[in-house]
Amino acid sequence: MNGAPPVAASGLLFNSAPLHALVLGLVVVSLCMGVAAWSIWYERKFAARMQNRPGPTEVGPWGLLQPIADGLKMLQKEDIVPAAVDRPLFELAPLLVVVASLGTLAVIPWGDGLVIADLHIGVLFALALSSLMLLPVWMAGWASNNKYALLGGMRAIAQGVSYEIPLLLAATVPIVLAGSFRLGDIVEAQAGLRWFALWPPGPGAVAFVLFFMASLAEANRIPFDIPEAESELVAGVTVEYTGMKFGMFYLAEYLHTLIASAIAATLFLGGWDMGPLGAGVHWMVLKTLVLFAVIFWIRWSWLRLRADQLMALSWRWLVPLGLVLVMASATWVVLA
Amino acid sequence: MDPAWLSALTFLGVAFVVAAGALVGARLLGVKSRVDVPTRRDTYECGEEPEGVAWVRFHPRYYLVALLFVLFDVETVFILPWALNLDDLGLLALVEMVVFVGILLLGWAYAVRKGAIEWQ
Repeated sequence: MNGAPPVAASGLLFNSAPLHALVLGLVVVSLCMGVAAWSIWYERKFAARMQNRPGPTEVGPWGLLQPIADGLKMLQKEDIVPAAVDRPLFELAPLLVVVASLGTLAVIPWGDGLVIADLHIGVLFALALSSLMLLPVWMAGWASNNKYALLGGMRAIAQGVSYEIPLLLAATVPIVLAGSFRLGDIVEAQAGLRWFALWPPGPGAVAFVLFFMASLAEANRIPFDIPEAESELVAGVTVEYTGMKFGMFYLAEYLHTLIASAIAATLFLGGWDMGPLGAGVHWMVLKTLVLFAVIFWIRWSWLRLRADQLMALSWRWLVPLGLVLVMASATWVVLA
Repeated sequence: MDPAWLSALTFLGVAFVVAAGALVGARLLGVKSRVDVPTRRDTYECGEEPEGVAWVRFHPRYYLVALLFVLFDVETVFILPWALNLDDLGLLALVEMVVFVGILLLGWAYAVRKGAIEWQ
């Protein structure tokens, strides 16, 4: 394995599990937060180029220091809490939304054995935490005592419960094929470029697209961003939040998108393994960032779906499709 | 207990401290206005004076969808352990699951025909 720090025989960087989680966790969290912050710069540049404008140019070369300026600005902003809100829930929501989105990082394997917590139910842990993100969003929507926030929260819940099932079913396809919930095992089952997105031909590729779509919906990205539809709901649940608390929701959304890309790369694109080209952290990072960039590409190319179209798409097409995919891959496993 | 759980718990602690740190930092560094304008702490309604509160009886419009969700969520709970052990269980388990999912899809078709997923 190249490009990764040496790993002890136990799979831990240190002999103690908490110390391993602390050190590796801090590294992964700082890197992911950095990527999330600069991805906002990247997205603004990307969108600007698609629309024939220069994008951020003022702060640093090519506007590269923009995220730092934005962060400092948010730190200094006055914290205005409207008089009508439910104070404890209102304060807790931005904290929990970031904890839930960061928590998913625990089970993602960046290299062979390079994982914060090598849980044997890794896939379930990741999916559980990422759907848990709905609760703080709804907390914020309800606690704000604001009509836009309430509608945004309602839509987020409706969308979340609708796309949860296709997401789970799409994730079940690699579980069936690999016969394990551990993300590391799923990567190893795809060794030698037998990616589940390509192999078995058919169900794998469709499941990959389905998983990617459902992840976009869970992360409220266009075309599934009706919960925050800025043209009708102002900004959904974040309407009443100011300064850093608003920033936390933004950060959580980008983190969630980044982590969803990492999970998709692990489940369907072979994770850290690249067959004859070797294996290592760099492949995992590359695959994750490519998927992440595709999400921006989609965002700036497509329109958003209406709330009822969104629900109909999931229940009419994606849920039965997911069931058929699971059965098809199961047939492959039993007969092959 | 699997030491991985200890790692996972520690990591959730790390995530909590990082997130809380950002909020505490903002509280310490944030400016505070000396003059208090009475309308400052009003609920935002695009500049209009807010009309009543948002905590009212409200039609969620997806009651039946929520029921369907519970149904299919339980169904995935059945599918997941089956998926894990499929290699050992073999053809019989596959046939049984196909029958189970088939019955479920009949129920799904009934719900769709009855308009459970229409905007109400």
